[in-house]
Amino acid sequence: MQMPLPDAAVILRRDEIAAALRLIVPGEGVIVSEPERRAYESDGLTAYRQPPLVVVLPSTLAQVASVMRYCRDEGIKIVPRGAGTSLSGGALPLADGVLLGMAKFNRILDIDYDNRCVVAQPGVTNLGISNAVAGAGFYYAPDPSSQIACTIGGNVAENSGGVHCLKYGLTTNNLLGLEIVLIDGEIVRLGGKHFDAGGYDLMGVLTGSEGLLGVVTEVTVRILPKPATARALLIGFAETEDAGNCVAAVIGAGIIPGGMEMMDRPAIHAAEDFVRVGYPLDVEALLIVELDGPAIEVDHLIDKVEAIARANRATSIRISRDEAERVAFWSGRKAAFPAVGRISPDYYCMDGTIPRARLAEVLARTRELSEQYGLRVANVFHAGDGNLHPLILYDANQPGEIERAEAFGADILRLCVAVGGVLTGEHGVGVEKRDLMGVMFNDADLAHQQRLKCAFDPDGLLNPGKVFPQLHRCAELGRLHVHAGRLPHPDLPRF
Amino acid sequence: MTRFVPADLDELRDAVAAALAAEEPVELVGGGSKRGLGRPLQTPHTLDLSRLAGIRDYAPSELVLTAGAATPLAEIERALDAAGQMLAFEPPAWKMLFGGGGEPTLGGVLACNLAGPRRIKAGAARDHFLGFRGVSGRGEIFKAGGKVVKNVTGYDLCKLMAGSYGTLTALEEVTVKVLPRPEAVATVLVAGVDPPAAVRLMAAALGSPHEVSGAAYLPTGTALALALPIDSGRVALRIEGPAPSVAARRDSLLREHSGAGRAESLAHSESIALWRAIGEVAPLTATAERAVWRISVAPARGAEVAQAIARSLDTTWFLDWGGGQVWAAVPETGDAGAGIIRAAIRGPEGHGIGHGTGHATLVRGSPALRRAVSVFEQQPAPLAALSRRVKEAFDPVHILNPGRMVEGL
Repeated sequence: MQMPLPDAAVILRRDEIAAALRLIVPGEGVIVSEPERRAYESDGLTAYRQPPLVVVLPSTLAQVASVMRYCRDEGIKIVPRGAGTSLSGGALPLADGVLLGMAKFNRILDIDYDNRCVVAQPGVTNLGISNAVAGAGFYYAPDPSSQIACTIGGNVAENSGGVHCLKYGLTTNNLLGLEIVLIDGEIVRLGGKHFDAGGYDLMGVLTGSEGLLGVVTEVTVRILPKPATARALLIGFAETEDAGNCVAAVIGAGIIPGGMEMMDRPAIHAAEDFVRVGYPLDVEALLIVELDGPAIEVDHLIDKVEAIARANRATSIRISRDEAERVAFWSGRKAAFPAVGRISPDYYCMDGTIPRARLAEVLARTRELSEQYGLRVANVFHAGDGNLHPLILYDANQPGEIERAEAFGADILRLCVAVGGVLTGEHGVGVEKRDLMGVMFNDADLAHQQRLKCAFDPDGLLNPGKVFPQLHRCAELGRLHVHAGRLPHPDLPRF
Repeated sequence: MTRFVPADLDELRDAVAAALAAEEPVELVGGGSKRGLGRPLQTPHTLDLSRLAGIRDYAPSELVLTAGAATPLAEIERALDAAGQMLAFEPPAWKMLFGGGGEPTLGGVLACNLAGPRRIKAGAARDHFLGFRGVSGRGEIFKAGGKVVKNVTGYDLCKLMAGSYGTLTALEEVTVKVLPRPEAVATVLVAGVDPPAAVRLMAAALGSPHEVSGAAYLPTGTALALALPIDSGRVALRIEGPAPSVAARRDSLLREHSGAGRAESLAHSESIALWRAIGEVAPLTATAERAVWRISVAPARGAEVAQAIARSLDTTWFLDWGGGQVWAAVPETGDAGAGIIRAAIRGPEGHGIGHGTGHATLVRGSPALRRAVSVFEQQPAPLAALSRRVKEAFDPVHILNPGRMVEGL
């Protein structure tokens, strides 16, 4: 992974830049000392580490705008950061870049039950929003597994999902408004408590833009009434294909479960060894199907799903009888990552989406690759929406294993694209999948995306080195290749 | 005056490239049903997309459909219906609103980011738009998004195309998320409710766990051409899902809101007719000579904004989206109420535009009116400048639908 070559001249100016930032953010908000900067050297993708030039932790909108304007004027790169839980290296610092940490923006500004929304600063945690409205029977639907730590601002940057997003949508489907600061310090408000922008949907574009377009300083999200009840089925299958058919049949029957998760044999065993909740160990695939909503509806659908599972050759079916049992069903799935962490010194979590009909084929090919690379793999799968999370097991202390794990992961993602899927379902491109973008997009596709970047950040100062495999100058991207005299196109049908 | 009628992606590229080389703009037309929406265009050429049609891939169990951008909406809906599915954002055709000419297309409803009453629960067109390929104003073919329901690879350009009214890219093929059609539908009606109470009632219902998928208010005097006596202010709440669940939630809503007015319920087919009529803006279509505004505000402000407008203008109005969408028909004189309506959105505190209070769109008006007033909400300077840069990133010479959204852009 090659990051943009650091500018040695900027690194030499570290103290001067820190002094200038201290004029904007006084006191503890500017971090220069090496050990303290090291605390920010990586995010959730720990394979990559790089202490930033300087860390700045503003606490007001005006400070953010001034920091941005200063960096723009001085030509200094900026890497925005929320809680640093990105699994794709979205917040990986740059040696010659200012790390703009938004942790101090940690207040909920407005809880508005009449309009069913919450206005929050970007450093509020995802779970913090749900907790703030739980007493009134509401919650914020997107629930990435890091929800206890990850921030809503980071969720916007990554368009985070979670196990419930088939039914309730990703971050982008649950946002109403944003306040952002552009690289030139301009403050722009998009949306509000109402639906749909009057002009271009720039809020939609900001969401999932991985910190390349602007810095989020305020977020308005929709909140939903908590479902009256939730129950889950735990269904085992002797064949992966049967599990895949069952998922398709559930959806074919017109049922959109609140959650529908699949685990393969290695993931089931790792989870069961860890949490001991009674997962069947003699199955190839385990499905958790959760139905939520009014009690009468959940009971009705539980019966339907049970019948569908039987028709698809389920070898074991358990139905949660109470809340404790439902939580127990989930505990293994939710502990899948740490469970795999127990059976391997390190693991690498991949994130591709495939058309669900290709699941059995993709898992079979993944097993072949596993043998070829000599690395074990466990699969957890958001089965409802086709989002696959292969966990590649490796040992970073063994020479060459991390490189083999990365090559294996890249092959899985290429496979996802080859069967009609995509490189990332919810973790983002970041640095991790940056060099694979060409597998999915051609040069014209990428140039159109980068021109959008130019409209927001013409000098490429915001989070460079992420998402795009090659950096092009905006002037070069903007050049029009029109051949005058190509008219009149006599071959065109004209009526 | 040339009418380009490309039959495939390459011909579409050649047509845009020809217009670009000549620096002569084109008007994009799919089925032509919404040519009256947006600022009127006066382009030397027309880009007729109607041959870029047909369903190309539809796998119901994948919840994904891919079709030529100009595929008639009716054809899409027939195919989905046969598989027990639907476009959950309930795209309105607005045929009555625009006088019935032309056939709405899938690309058209996406480009205008339309949504029906289920917007409050299922989202708008933007939320179901998964991928596309097309030709930008640079005369280049490109694609974005994917053909699966969950994808965060690269910028979400689908969101940008939704609601761009053809000013950035001529779409050739689109992929949308589709969802199961609910097995049963019912509606709870509560009559004799004044506007402020209606908004409170809708907020209570939408804040309940009954999964209300439509919440509208027809004030006294708003006629609806259904066998439904709308004699006094009436709140309508829709519930959908498996039959036993719908019956239970209907009964709960009837019980919980019977104190607010005379409560009754509509069965399946009557419900479908009612919500179709609301989505098609049927209460205002009888007033063909009037300008029609669509106003998006925080739901709790719906009644206050509508009543403020009605105090100053002769207004026929109703509320959808739990109060978040105000539909208003006003006389087409002067600015057709643009100033009054936009002042009402800003509210007595006068937050100023672009500060999260809402926006108004002139959905129907004469060409002269649509030239004279801002059809879309004006944006604060930094946002307007950013939007201009975005337009020029995709269409630097302003070839595609120039001026459709903003004069000179």
